[in-house]
Amino acid sequence: MSKYRLDYLEQLESESIHIFREVAGQFERPALLFSGGKDSIVLVHLALKAFRPGKFPFPLMHIDTGHNFPEALAFRDKLAQTIDEKLIVRKVEDTIKAKHLTEPKGKFASRNALQTYTLLDAIDEFKLDACIGGARRDEEKARAKERIFSVRDEFGQWDPKLQRPELWNIYNGKIHKGENVRVFPISNWTELDIWNYIKKENIDLPSIYFAHNREVLEHEGQLVATSSFIKLDATDKVSVKKVRYRTVGDMTCTAAVESNATTIDDIISEITATKTSERGETRIDDKVSEAAMEDRKKNGYF
Amino acid sequence: MDILRFITAGSVDDGKSTLIGRLLYDSKSIMIDHLEAIEKQSKHKEDGEIDLALLTDGLRAEREQGITIDVAYKYFSTPKRKFIIADAPGHIQYTRNMVTGASNSDLAIVLIDARNGVVEQTRRHSIIASLLNIPHVVVAVNKMDLVNNSQDVYNNILIDYAEVAKSLGLKDVIYIPISAINGDNIVQKSNNFPWYDGKPLLEILESVEVQSDINLTDARLPVQYVIRPQTETLHDYRGYAGKLQSGIYKVGDSVSILPSGVESAITAIEVNGIKVEEAFAPQPVILHLADDVDISRGDVIVHSNNKPKVENELEVILCWMDKKKLVPGNKYLLQLNSKRVKSVIKDIAYRLDVNSFEKQAAPESIELNDIVKVTLKTASPVAFDSYKNLKTSGSAILIDETSNVTVGACMIQ
Repeated sequence: MSKYRLDYLEQLESESIHIFREVAGQFERPALLFSGGKDSIVLVHLALKAFRPGKFPFPLMHIDTGHNFPEALAFRDKLAQTIDEKLIVRKVEDTIKAKHLTEPKGKFASRNALQTYTLLDAIDEFKLDACIGGARRDEEKARAKERIFSVRDEFGQWDPKLQRPELWNIYNGKIHKGENVRVFPISNWTELDIWNYIKKENIDLPSIYFAHNREVLEHEGQLVATSSFIKLDATDKVSVKKVRYRTVGDMTCTAAVESNATTIDDIISEITATKTSERGETRIDDKVSEAAMEDRKKNGYF
Repeated sequence: MDILRFITAGSVDDGKSTLIGRLLYDSKSIMIDHLEAIEKQSKHKEDGEIDLALLTDGLRAEREQGITIDVAYKYFSTPKRKFIIADAPGHIQYTRNMVTGASNSDLAIVLIDARNGVVEQTRRHSIIASLLNIPHVVVAVNKMDLVNNSQDVYNNILIDYAEVAKSLGLKDVIYIPISAINGDNIVQKSNNFPWYDGKPLLEILESVEVQSDINLTDARLPVQYVIRPQTETLHDYRGYAGKLQSGIYKVGDSVSILPSGVESAITAIEVNGIKVEEAFAPQPVILHLADDVDISRGDVIVHSNNKPKVENELEVILCWMDKKKLVPGNKYLLQLNSKRVKSVIKDIAYRLDVNSFEKQAAPESIELNDIVKVTLKTASPVAFDSYKNLKTSGSAILIDETSNVTVGACMIQ
């Protein structure tokens, strides 16, 4: 065996760092969309590898729905401080007030769709020409078909029929004024790749990814954390369970899984054995319609 | 553990979607919620079996409008390897789709329907595989159950395909009889082909050696970005960041910067923030040079004693990918790795018939899915290698300057 070989995680890492540097080379005003979730934490880790000892040629940007887990927000602020990079936060709450948007109703009303308004406003405010995101193609079938450099029109819309062919590792980020590109450096990573990489690189994560006791209510087989964002009914079954989060989105639309996994190794063995997909198990918002993600992307969602 | 990227060439009729579905299903890469969604959609089928082809089914936009979006990517892994499948559907735009999917593939599975044998489509897929220089080809003779698992039928197809492989110069060709719908010879070796002494498909995919396909001789580093922190402590720091496309670089190596031809030497190499004595493809690196030379994005750093060509005329095989015809005399941006330069198509030598591999007279205009040999003239000299020798520095795209769309794929001769 030659010593000049990369293992699969190093191959994926190399591809992602190359994509990051293409963003730096091709765009004037990019931003890295950062939520405090594991995928965007891995993005930050890869950006450090791509640009240190230099500073990032872009700020981190969080579109805060106001329904986030406090643990994820605290982690977000601490990470930005530790790596000494600029963090921009734009709040969905402010967009709702300023634009008189209507909040979705219902028990698990999610601000997920409203996030798009705040994101598009932020793109406009900072004149962003590229937004780097942590979406992966294994997550969902709409994402499986999206390019690594995905061009959006001036309304932020994705048109699956008009995608540019993307060949070899040559990325075409040329756009007209007003358009922007969503860039997905970890497109080719799977959930398990992310966890194996977190383990290999010893990357810190918010505590909610590990098993902890939490008060949850059961909703159609899914466990949703109780919080001030969810109004409890008399019939709700509330109990304290040992859970962890497989994905971290809004408290209103992310479900926890029962788990005893307190270390990365435990989590990797649970995920290796699981029979349910990441989004299927934990996202309430994907179940609305079969084409939920496709529709959101067409409207400017990342 | 490493990665194998492969493309499946074939149409729905050949059982391509079923094959991909079968690989995912039998390697236990399909999650229950995805399977349940498919079961729901399969219900109209009378036999109650799951339609594995639905696993590769597309977006609502595709289902409703009957169009197919060029390439979708599927992932699965075994303890030995991570696999990335480029699934390129569609009959009409097949050339464009397959070229796109093939550009990043280490291996192509060419599916043949055992009842039909080697047909025009088989030839077309093989021609594209050879044009894109995919190093490994697996010829999967599918639907063997429909020809009574006959060894004679299989052998005749092998003889026919060997001719195709020979005429195209395909070197590493592996043959296998399968029945995707029944799972024969996919993950487990099937008892239905006692005369077949090879491995089942998944084992072939797990064992094909691909890392030796990386060229470690001819070192090429296209500069993507110059890192200059300009802080007090790193005042003089100037690092050239990029991904090593090929070769090995060592501290002390004499290098040339192209296209200018300025000479220098490597004083330090960083890989992921760590100083190293040597680095190899495809590692991402930061190089430091002895002299304060003018280097910017698009320049290529190479060994002084191993240089690519630097010219402003390129002979290329061009696959046209846009609905708008190529207009002779129009200017297009040529992008080769991180280099972008204006170019114009000077001369069309011939059109390649993707069904027969014959060279036809140069056409009046070049249309979607055409493959042509052309001469490109660039506004300034470009460093390049031939695609056959060094894929990573011999591939480029053409961008329409007015629409910004990628309109062509170039393989430099």
